[in-house]
Amino acid sequence: MHELSIADNIINAVKEASQSRGMLAVSKIGVRIGSLSSVDPDALTFGFDVLKRDQGMMDCELAIEFVKTTARCTKCLYEFKVEDCVFVCPQCASSQCDLVSGQELEIAYFEGE
Amino acid sequence: MTERVSIEKKVLSENDQLASAIRADLAKRKIFAINLVSSPGSGKTSLIEKTIGALGKELKIAVVAGDVQTENDANRIIKAGGKLVRPIVTGGACHLDAKMVGKALEQIELDNVDLLIIENVGNLVCPASYDLGEAMKVVIMSTTEGDDKPLKYPAMYRRSSVAIINKIDLLGTSDFDLTAARGNASKINGDLKFFEMSTRSGTGLEAWYGWLRESVSNLKK
Repeated sequence: MHELSIADNIINAVKEASQSRGMLAVSKIGVRIGSLSSVDPDALTFGFDVLKRDQGMMDCELAIEFVKTTARCTKCLYEFKVEDCVFVCPQCASSQCDLVSGQELEIAYFEGE
Repeated sequence: MTERVSIEKKVLSENDQLASAIRADLAKRKIFAINLVSSPGSGKTSLIEKTIGALGKELKIAVVAGDVQTENDANRIIKAGGKLVRPIVTGGACHLDAKMVGKALEQIELDNVDLLIIENVGNLVCPASYDLGEAMKVVIMSTTEGDDKPLKYPAMYRRSSVAIINKIDLLGTSDFDLTAARGNASKINGDLKFFEMSTRSGTGLEAWYGWLRESVSNLKK
């Protein structure tokens, strides 16, 4: 359960970035969470909603884009969606695969005025 | 009017920056650093005790031992002969982060150290997200756990370079299937290097020591 500290990181980063732009209120924060990021979206939303009250972001919504895991085979270069975390190329059965997406833990944008 | 600002910032960028600084410092000092991760009770501390006992005379080993509460692990390692040992009591946090490790390293005399072992908090979820500046993560599973552990905690196995299967002296006393366990781990990470061992009986430890010696000496070349 480290989602609370992740939520705190998100709020602080957006607070700093929005204030430096002279924004008075942030209404929405968009984040990307990969399925391999070890972050649970529900727990993150819960943590965010608890913390935002004390951070003057009472009306701010957290929009989570969940990113599925995809990989590319290093042998035949086939790109595929990883099901059940099995990193085996469905085309040539090689297990030498590079991660393409799935580890995201990123703030994409924020909205406010 | 509502304005949308695109920032594209990694949530843990602050941690990643600190970890990069630690990695650069360790590289400069030619210290081989591993981040030892597992569930509670898999044998992280026992492996460190054995490693210090066997290699402590030929390699200068530093240890950072993380625990949620108590300094018991660090005390065990000191008792086993560890000279450069710093405990990190996280006080509730379920993982170590780069800031905690950086602070602990400031309190260790790192001159001429060959090997740094970071013992993470026993947890297979959160420590996967936090880079500590290590050369690689080493994940331990033991035969008293389920052989499907890798499938349950894929992020950790994906981010590790080495997988240790510990307590092989107990094989046959549980339903743990060694072949299945290795197969499950390889499905998630085809590049994993495996060690099978028992820190209690000593079986398989020589291969581990040999690999550590080699990794340390490769760095000095």
